[in-house]
Amino acid sequence: MASVTLSEAEKVYIVHGVQEDLRVDGRGCEDYRCVEVETDVVSNTSGSARVKLGHTDILVGVKAEMGTPKLEKPNEGYLEFFVDCSASATPEFEGRGGDDLGTEIANTLYRIFNNKSSVDLKTLCISPREHCWVLYVDVLLLECGGNLFDAISIAVKAALFNTRIPRVRVLEDEEGSKDIELSDDPYDCIRLSVENVPCIVTLCKIGYRHVVDATLQEEACSLASLLVSVTSKGVVTCMRKVGKGSLDPESIFEMMETGKRVGKVLHASLQSVVHKEESLGPKRQKVGFLG
Amino acid sequence: MAGLELLSDQGYRVDGRRAGELRKIQARMGVFAQADGSAYIEQGNTKALAVVYGPHEIRGSRARALPDRALVNCQYSSATFSTGERKRRPHGDRKSCEMGLQLRQTFEAAILTQLHPRSQIDIYVQVLQADGGTYAACVNAATLAVLDAGIPMRDFVCACSAGFVDGTALADLSHVEEAAGGPQLALALLPASGQIALLEMDARLHEDHLERVLEAAAQAARDVHTLLDRVVRQHVREASILLGD
Repeated sequence: MASVTLSEAEKVYIVHGVQEDLRVDGRGCEDYRCVEVETDVVSNTSGSARVKLGHTDILVGVKAEMGTPKLEKPNEGYLEFFVDCSASATPEFEGRGGDDLGTEIANTLYRIFNNKSSVDLKTLCISPREHCWVLYVDVLLLECGGNLFDAISIAVKAALFNTRIPRVRVLEDEEGSKDIELSDDPYDCIRLSVENVPCIVTLCKIGYRHVVDATLQEEACSLASLLVSVTSKGVVTCMRKVGKGSLDPESIFEMMETGKRVGKVLHASLQSVVHKEESLGPKRQKVGFLG
Repeated sequence: MAGLELLSDQGYRVDGRRAGELRKIQARMGVFAQADGSAYIEQGNTKALAVVYGPHEIRGSRARALPDRALVNCQYSSATFSTGERKRRPHGDRKSCEMGLQLRQTFEAAILTQLHPRSQIDIYVQVLQADGGTYAACVNAATLAVLDAGIPMRDFVCACSAGFVDGTALADLSHVEEAAGGPQLALALLPASGQIALLEMDARLHEDHLERVLEAAAQAARDVHTLLDRVVRQHVREASILLGD
């Protein structure tokens, strides 16, 4: 994990500020930093999104490829996650340095999407047992400013919302052999429903309080964190404790309640932003990394 | 050649450019706050990010330290979704290692390494979208990033690619032109002195035509220098305004 070195005086300053509900950058304990979301950033992909959360910068690309359904679920497509911790974030990620963190984040994403309510995988089926769509969700971590899990989950949800899969028809002739025909119309495509895709809210225990959206410095002061994966209806789909400290059961319940409350607000904001961007259509001014 | 006609009878390319015309170039310096220097560039549909850390103490084995100059360390990485077909790994494959070596040679020629003995300069280049001319976009982005980091350089390093089709030299190849399999030349140029920092070519090209292709690439690199210089001056002007000068 990318880390920052703090002196004891700096840590005490941060902890005391959190206990007074006044963080170093002036936020309250349940406030997020400014989040910027943009979709359709990379035109080579079926769907893409860029999220900038404070100094954390994430780029997600989704590529749809045709594959074979898995044996245990012949009527469904599936999602594959890969997290690339770019050396741009910190020199420690050079070469294989970022593999451990990337694997940890990818495993968390697998667990979040490992239930039938997150994404309707049956829509990705082309013909049962033979062909299906495989969505490769590739996360690129460009800058590390703390709170990676939240930023990555927001970017994945926005990228899945932006994903357009070409419509495929299965033609069957008299001899029984099947042909797969791709539609000629580039606008004839399948869109995924991301209504139930959850977002992660990370709650860091600092002192005897917990904060949302910790910066790198605040993460260095935190002994333990709780990842809560919340859908837009407030349903918790996954929970995980990270960090080397321990948590009291009472504070876990409080953190869960805070995570649910903050998660609903986060979902509402994200949904309104991506729908507004979508409604602009071709008139949208693409910014990407130039703005 | 059969199939796609890369150059029409009227002298236009597949995307409507003339032979010596560049794709649209947009660039920005100072993309990331936490890096010492960073830059982003778009050359047509090729998008690259470069990040510079350093000069700093040698990381890893101290035996790599050079007593009289800085060690330039480069890593090239391209996102798995950057190409039409998904890549298996972002870096570590043969092409990425070769590209990293080429970038290192290019910037060892340009950076005044003797000013920072026993230290290390890290240059990390990330390709977000690849549509031909990847090496040139990486070099141009890295040049802006090194300048953003305030590391002394002899000159800009401006790079461009060139090809040869039907007796005509083409500048700034796109992916369609590269995939057609003709000769491709990649050139990195120090524009003020006219010296070449890196030169690479593949496929066959008659010696009689080499001069014209080289000249086309050099001219394109000088055009790139004009654009990059404009970006740097704009960035410095904005920084001066923020400082209150």
